[in-house]
Amino acid sequence: MGFFHALWQHSFLQYALLAGLLASVACGVVGTYVVARRITYIAAGIAHSVLAGMGLAHYLAVVHDLTWLHPLYGAVVAALVSAVTIGLVSLKARQREDTVIGAIWAVGMAAGILFIAATPGYQENLMSYLIGNILMVSGSEVWLLGLLDLVVVAVCFVFYRQLGAVCFDEEFARVRGLSVSAYYLLLLCLTALTVVLLVSVVGIILVIALLTIPVAVAGRFTRSLWQTMLLAVAISSLFTTIGLVVSFEPNWPAGPTIILIAGVAFIVVSLFTGNHTGRIRSSERAASRTNR
Amino acid sequence: MAESIVVHIEDVAFAYNGLPVLSDVSLRIVEKDFAWIVGPNGGGKTTLLKLMIGLLQPQRGQVRLLGQRPKDVRSQVGYMPQHASLDPQFPVTVLDVVLMGRLTNFRPLGRIARQDRERAEAALGEVGIAERGREQFSHLSGGQQRRVLIARAMASDPKLLLLDEPTANLDLRVEQELFELLQRLNERLTIVMVSHDPAFVSPFVKSVVCVKRHVHVHPTAEIDSEIMSELYGRPIRMVRHDQHFDREDD
Repeated sequence: MGFFHALWQHSFLQYALLAGLLASVACGVVGTYVVARRITYIAAGIAHSVLAGMGLAHYLAVVHDLTWLHPLYGAVVAALVSAVTIGLVSLKARQREDTVIGAIWAVGMAAGILFIAATPGYQENLMSYLIGNILMVSGSEVWLLGLLDLVVVAVCFVFYRQLGAVCFDEEFARVRGLSVSAYYLLLLCLTALTVVLLVSVVGIILVIALLTIPVAVAGRFTRSLWQTMLLAVAISSLFTTIGLVVSFEPNWPAGPTIILIAGVAFIVVSLFTGNHTGRIRSSERAASRTNR
Repeated sequence: MAESIVVHIEDVAFAYNGLPVLSDVSLRIVEKDFAWIVGPNGGGKTTLLKLMIGLLQPQRGQVRLLGQRPKDVRSQVGYMPQHASLDPQFPVTVLDVVLMGRLTNFRPLGRIARQDRERAEAALGEVGIAERGREQFSHLSGGQQRRVLIARAMASDPKLLLLDEPTANLDLRVEQELFELLQRLNERLTIVMVSHDPAFVSPFVKSVVCVKRHVHVHPTAEIDSEIMSELYGRPIRMVRHDQHFDREDD
């Protein structure tokens, strides 16, 4: 097949494959918490605000000739700032939460688009930020993605039980004396870093699908958070790799291809596993009725 | 001292955004009591429980658990929040839920000590579902889920159990079984329980705490229709389930 032949020859394809796999690791691990805690909307808000950071970094890099200033650095800063802002608002004034998320979402996009428009030269960047361009990932970006991965996975490993307890039952965790607010902010920051990782693979608009679909598919076969995480990492790796292979020959954009494959897989799995928990529950109820 | 006071609330007032929920609340619950907090919706039952556990701070007065501030004795208090607030799809095993009852702020690498696991398994045994530890929490029936949450509250070896509507949305038989479990636990620890439903079903309850902004405590035998109608602001009649009409007309 053309893809595998090309994979041997071109380093850009190797980097693309690697970037997809690296992003899948954080995606499966953090995505599990995002889905369990139901903060998808927050993750989407953070993702869109990232454009402001990327746009500003790109603008400064071109206009002030700061060649070291990669858009990913801007993305990391913007994502963390948004995460902490949304987190603090949600802790202090929960009723304002979705207003603030909506504002950060749109203002981030607007600022990013203006920075890109103000930057002299080609205007192709906007589209690649929005839907990603995995084939453009460079060797140094792969290292940066690896580093982000390391941070995200290490933190999730160390605080696995605490994060799980806070997501499952915040009130009980608080009574146990856990610093619930601190863990919530930590979770949002991890989400921010994961979003940045995913933006380079599938772009800002499509991030949310890759963050949630692998977890949703995995969740139908697993019993605990860590099982969901491992399976979601595997499923996400499968999606990104297949997407890359399928999109290569017809020269489709890889990001949307990956998301469509994920979407189809989600529908198929939903249809075949059906009302999974409902079935077990009703059969169990029937069993307990006959027992007593 | 003949009986030691486990919950001591003195002259407490609490308001949400200036809206008074509880005022002039004084209350003592003694060791081995089985106290039932009842009252109409919005009367302040859950607020009272959250003041006891330290999730809310009173604007006036003071709350003492086991003679100390609530947050200083957390490890000696088992808490069960309202079941409805939990995500029914959450991927977590029964044993992992119970282990949350032994969690502390920092334990490197999320490791569980053998002692924690043994205690969690013992708590599961105590509530009668020892064999279900490895199953997913959401696959259990409603009654069994409550047992898991009681086991989680028991996992830290508490002296006092605070339960928020442990029997909500359960059918009568399951509710009865749960009460029997609580009665067994009550032999060695104090239980305070919120219930929306002041039915007279449970003979295990030793005192009833009526909450409607103000708080009145009654020994269980004392409850009569006068107290109930005062609590609910209108006359209420007790339904005698043991008596039946024979319908002759229509």
